[in-house]
Amino acid sequence: MIPIAFDYVRPTTIPEAVAALVASGEDGKILAGGQSLMPVLRLRMAAPSVVIDCSEIADLQGVRDDGNSIVIGAGTTHHDVMNSPIVKEHSPLLAMATATVADPAIRHRGTLGGALAHADPAGDLPAVALALDGVLSVTGPNGSRDIAAADFFTDYFTTSMAEDEILVSVTLPKLGAGWGYHYEKFQRTAQGWAIVGVAAAVHRSNGNITAARIGLTNMAPSPVRASSVETALSGADATVKAVGDAAASAADGTRATSDLHAAADYREHLARVITKRAVLTAGGI
Amino acid sequence: MTDTLPDKLETLSPMGRPLRRKEDARLLHGQTNWTDNIQLPGTVYMAILRSPMAHARITHLDVTPALSEPHVVAAYSAKELGDLNGAVPCVWPVTDDMQAPAFPALAVDKVRHVGDCVAVVLATDRNAAYDALDAIEIDYDQLPAVIDLESALQPGATLVHDGADSPGTNECYTYHLPGTGIPYDEAKTKADVVVKRRFINQRLIPAFMEPRAVVASPMGVSNEMTVWSSTQIPHILRVLLALVTGLPENSLRIIAPDVGGGFGGKLQIYREEILAVQIARQLGRPVKWTETRSENMVATHHGRGQVQDIEIAATKNGKLLGMKVNLLADMGAYLQIITPGTPLLGMFMYPGIYKMDAYDFNCIGVFTNKTPTDAYRGAGRPESTYAMERIMDELAAELNMDPMELRKKNWINHEDFPYATIAGLVYDTGNYEAATDKAMEMFDYDSLRAEQQRRRASGDPVQLGIGISTFTEMCGLAPSRTLGALKYVAGGWEHCTIRMLPTGKVELITGTSPHGQGHETAWSQIAADILGVGVDDIEVIHSDTGRAPYGMDTYGSRSLAVGGQAIKKAAERLIEKARVIAAHQLECSVDDLEYVGGAFRVKGDAEKAQPLAAVAFEAFSAHNLPDGVEPTLQAESTVDPQDFSYPHGTHLAAVEVDTETGKTTLRTYVCVDDVGVQVNPMIVEGQVHGGLAQGIAQAMYEGVEYDEDGNLLTASLADYLVPSAADLPSFTTSTTETPSTTNPLGTKGVGEAGTIASTPAIINAIVDALRPMGVTDVQMPASPQRVWRTLQEAKGGNA
Repeated sequence: MIPIAFDYVRPTTIPEAVAALVASGEDGKILAGGQSLMPVLRLRMAAPSVVIDCSEIADLQGVRDDGNSIVIGAGTTHHDVMNSPIVKEHSPLLAMATATVADPAIRHRGTLGGALAHADPAGDLPAVALALDGVLSVTGPNGSRDIAAADFFTDYFTTSMAEDEILVSVTLPKLGAGWGYHYEKFQRTAQGWAIVGVAAAVHRSNGNITAARIGLTNMAPSPVRASSVETALSGADATVKAVGDAAASAADGTRATSDLHAAADYREHLARVITKRAVLTAGGI
Repeated sequence: MTDTLPDKLETLSPMGRPLRRKEDARLLHGQTNWTDNIQLPGTVYMAILRSPMAHARITHLDVTPALSEPHVVAAYSAKELGDLNGAVPCVWPVTDDMQAPAFPALAVDKVRHVGDCVAVVLATDRNAAYDALDAIEIDYDQLPAVIDLESALQPGATLVHDGADSPGTNECYTYHLPGTGIPYDEAKTKADVVVKRRFINQRLIPAFMEPRAVVASPMGVSNEMTVWSSTQIPHILRVLLALVTGLPENSLRIIAPDVGGGFGGKLQIYREEILAVQIARQLGRPVKWTETRSENMVATHHGRGQVQDIEIAATKNGKLLGMKVNLLADMGAYLQIITPGTPLLGMFMYPGIYKMDAYDFNCIGVFTNKTPTDAYRGAGRPESTYAMERIMDELAAELNMDPMELRKKNWINHEDFPYATIAGLVYDTGNYEAATDKAMEMFDYDSLRAEQQRRRASGDPVQLGIGISTFTEMCGLAPSRTLGALKYVAGGWEHCTIRMLPTGKVELITGTSPHGQGHETAWSQIAADILGVGVDDIEVIHSDTGRAPYGMDTYGSRSLAVGGQAIKKAAERLIEKARVIAAHQLECSVDDLEYVGGAFRVKGDAEKAQPLAAVAFEAFSAHNLPDGVEPTLQAESTVDPQDFSYPHGTHLAAVEVDTETGKTTLRTYVCVDDVGVQVNPMIVEGQVHGGLAQGIAQAMYEGVEYDEDGNLLTASLADYLVPSAADLPSFTTSTTETPSTTNPLGTKGVGEAGTIASTPAIINAIVDALRPMGVTDVQMPASPQRVWRTLQEAKGGNA
């Protein structure tokens, strides 16, 4: 590792972390698990004056049941998230998607909050937070505020957090009974980034699909809801045909980009195929 | 399987046993020295300013601002380095009129690929050296980049090398090998079917795990310049560094500590090695450089990179008549150690295991503004095998014949050996029938074909494809006379010295240079078998020209086939010397002695015996040696191989292709390799597994991509996809054993077999799955997107 020199602080409380961030001006960078930041530092693609390591802040850790929702500390590792009994019971979609993130070594270091705040368009977890109508709690020098996932991800690697705010926790509502879930990830290698990912939650009743929530990974600069598919599925027959028809609009409203692994038109095609598969699996069809 | 095996089987011959590798404990526990671990007092760290452009004139370059940066000791461009700016040598001028442009360690006036070395900074702190690179002033005048091989040869194309001595073309050389039979055009007149294809054998990056590293220290004993380098070729490097730097060869000591992979990528003398030595010499202090992964992608030589036009002529019954091959081989920007010769290592192998009447081979080497190419696992032979095995499937489809039946019709039968091939080689032995029968049975070929029919009939979106690859390769580089005839400047011999020390321990000094192959274990097994000592009583000394001065190093599946012969001969010579001493001690004739179980025994008198260790002590004390026998118990051998060896095998792959997404899943892989006599079957199996992974990687995952300006797009491991175990199925591997007759151990070579055979097996399988939909080829790597587009084009009638 050959980064440009930087200062390093390791606060143990959220206010200390915020203070360090404010003190750094616009040059500070939060280190959570480091799985995205370290490569960027190593490649000299970023040169923060100070790295604020938040891995020792106890208040950022852990998962708790909050009645109608669950609250996950931003610093909770992927490994702890996917193995949390609370997450597995009340937000299995998050557990499923987290299990597809990279490899075990990275999942032991990387954190949910880090992944969301980094806002990589190919990251798996933003689409899940969006599909589940998650709420992200942030804290800055002027206090705390809640941001709906739909308002949080604004562009490539960009969120609506201010430069001096840090992500504290993620709240996911419990969807209740009758829902099925699946995260379908299409990638080139087992540890690779998603070319396209589909986070699907499907509610069934009496042979029909009564509601669906679908988040798409890597189909735009930030995660998008496949709203027209959700609308088409609402009240649709729980059949392969009906799901296929609904999924045909999965790429509508997306802004897929082209890269080495997939051109935009191929991504759009994949979005339709993968959405169909994700919904069928989530709905047990 | 290996868990239940004993570590030592001292009462049995150790040959052919799957002993655990001696070297693994220190490697797995991190108790070894990689080059980057070596820390010498007074070291300065080298950082390299590399060209961000593929082709540009340097209009301004000033390194002096870097000298004011913290911790900086020195900075050099070509101007400051002057006469010390040695040139990277090419030792294989394949033709008399080959264009061989100079390749100075630091670029002079012009850069020719992204990653070309422009300047260096030396600092007492590694990070500071990298920081100071930013202070160097440099301006470029960008030139058009030469990327496409065919365009590069057009008249008026931009020249990669346009100096005063340039011949005015990007052509490096043209090589023609006529076959030993009738002219191809004559054979073609009798053909009912002629199949012609163009295959792209894409560039690959060796991507070994340990990046390159070098430490050059002028602080050795006497006048020694000690160079630690993560290299496959310490011995060759010593000769070449002496020639390049002008340092006396006898003051250069090269040490390759444990080396973490090479795959041919470290069969090289690199400019960074030359720079480290020259600057260490200039500064009088150790210089250290360790490659970053980003540098590795642009600055370690690449492999493959060929456009293959291949034409095959046959009768309607499937009898091969002849083959014609026209290659364009991408040299990259400069010639490195064997850049021009690498594609030619395949020219003898296009005919593979088949009989035919005519063969014609042409290759044009082409300069481009890309990283130089050179040897990569298989070096020429994976390319030839790919083209041949692919076109055999295309011919089978054309003839509506089962692809295995077509192969059986044309291969050399086991009773035909030794067999003189149309390319001019003599294959000593082989049994393609036996290996194929075994593989077909393990694979359950017939039931997979039945499943394939069912899926085709039902229109299953996931189609099944079956891929075949049969192959042979030439191993055991190489008879020195043959190398001379091919204009390669060095020989192909190998050396071994064996010493039994006074305490009975054995030093086996080999000229091979392992970087993952397990030579310490395998060489011990060969020697222990002859010496009658324990495998663990032998220490294999290698890869240090100070301790193992003679050798030709490790590449091309040569180490066992050639080095093994030297081990056997040296061990036998040691026993013969010991026999003379033992006869003297036991007061008998040498003819009365037999050597059994580690001791000389007088025939017919069980009481009279002397263990080898006792003889070794006698040879050391020298109190009572027979007249004319010199003290010490050691023997050596340097062997020049009489011929190549020819491993072969039959590889079968079953893939599932998701026609909706284009994604291929490798379901089953079965291979039966015949690598001759096996010293350690566990090591053989490991070599096959690793080879398969790399060959499958070329088929499905890896491929270097440049844009039209010559920027490397696959410049990180996030974009250059090296598969892991999680992407691969459990391989089913087995062997047949047809001993080679070209060496006394009967061994052949296994390091490259899996890589050579597996690539066409996979692509044949994918094409087989999609052939009913009109697909006749899929370019590598067969990424989901590429397979999907190929299918769309076939459906649209554009295929």
